[in-house]
Amino acid sequence: MEIKVLGPGCQRCHKTEEIVREAVAEAGVDAQIEKISDAMKIAGYGGFGTPAVVIDGEVKSVGKIPRKEEVTGWIKS
Amino acid sequence: MDGDVDDHLRSIEGDIRKAMGMKERTKLLLIAGVFLAAYYIPWDHALIRQSGFEAFMMLQEYAREHVLTCLIPAFFIAGAIAVFVSQGAILKYFGAQASKILSYSVASVSGSILAVCSCTVLPLFAGIYTRGAGIGPATAFLYSGPAINILAITLTAKVLGWQMGLARAIGAVVFAVITGLLMALIFRKDDAARTTGQIYVPDADHGKRTLLQDGLYLLVMVLILIFASFARPAAGASGFWPMIFAYKWYITAAFLAVLAFMVKAWFRKDERVAWVESTWGFMKQIFPLLIAGVLVAGFLLGRPGHPALVPEHYVQSLLGGNSLWANLFASVAGALMYFATLTEIPILQGLLGSGMGKGPALALLLAGPALSLPNMLVIGSVMGVKKTATFCGIIIIMSTIAGLLYGSFAG
Repeated sequence: MEIKVLGPGCQRCHKTEEIVREAVAEAGVDAQIEKISDAMKIAGYGGFGTPAVVIDGEVKSVGKIPRKEEVTGWIKS
Repeated sequence: MDGDVDDHLRSIEGDIRKAMGMKERTKLLLIAGVFLAAYYIPWDHALIRQSGFEAFMMLQEYAREHVLTCLIPAFFIAGAIAVFVSQGAILKYFGAQASKILSYSVASVSGSILAVCSCTVLPLFAGIYTRGAGIGPATAFLYSGPAINILAITLTAKVLGWQMGLARAIGAVVFAVITGLLMALIFRKDDAARTTGQIYVPDADHGKRTLLQDGLYLLVMVLILIFASFARPAAGASGFWPMIFAYKWYITAAFLAVLAFMVKAWFRKDERVAWVESTWGFMKQIFPLLIAGVLVAGFLLGRPGHPALVPEHYVQSLLGGNSLWANLFASVAGALMYFATLTEIPILQGLLGSGMGKGPALALLLAGPALSLPNMLVIGSVMGVKKTATFCGIIIIMSTIAGLLYGSFAG
């Protein structure tokens, strides 16, 4: 599975990436995590507001730091 | 159709990469510049010593007068806005289907709510431009984002006087709307050909507070800011203002108690942590830059009434009075120069003290923070050279006009 964390270099975006990595490690699933910080690329996903999380092309959360349980829910389903 | 868009996005991405690549070269030039300065500047010369003294006197003035009473409360307000104001509620006004009037009005004030951090402005701008409400609201947002943030307006009012703070706030809102409308009018054909796609806005996660509670909470913090930084009234004045001044710390303490109660009763623990974290984030980001800005401004220009490195007659001849030339020069210089968040304020304070006119000062404030050379490069890679040039031209012309107007009123 492909997980993308969208967001320029703000603190909230780093925190989101951290949470996603933790959730993936704990769930033990095989996933590639990529951080995307390029403005036009972020716009390309249609996400208004950062940080955003995209899993396998589907926008899961926008404009907030997700809770770890939420992320675990997305990657397990 | 989809392939075209992808190609387009890829080429833009390349442009941004190029712009980022230049950053390394800039760093090298910067280091070389610092080295040459350290090597050649005659540090024992009387003028240099006087300038160095002014730099630290100005830093002390900021530390004593502005940090505790103005900046710290403003940072907490900015932190609260960033965490608790629902972005989703605002961003839905930037969708392709949103009412145009609402898009423009929200765009023009959203800077104060959405983005104190310039790094969130650009992705949002790109999103609104390519997928959402189009070039008008996008450029309105692009201008208002950095221009109207609560930190900048508060510190402007505190350091340069409330008249300048008010003129800056009003000017920035009006400019955002006019710039957006003009851009939409000039490029209406391009805008029609724009692709719109699915957009995702943040979900409104409001906790269990009502809008009234959120409003009261922000209001109390703004009141704390106002009373804590309440200026000493003119000597000999009597009546209401001196009375408030005499009791300002009691009033501030009372509001702090109210705030403490609200934070305890209305917010979850994780919300409180998020609030403090984002406030700390802003402080970490902005304080070092502001200190550097104050030192540079003090070194070059000195405090008002104290000469430093740049002779006052230069400033007076270029930026003094309220001529068309002085206003235009201030706008263009402001547009090209890069000001890190808030540093425009000590620099203007120094310039005003050395004889800059009030009109040109406002012109620089309106053109400065929203535009800079590096910023123009990145905007150019998103919407092209022609649109970027038009955008900058509109802002420079309007800043000049606003400066002329303000200068003729304020003298």
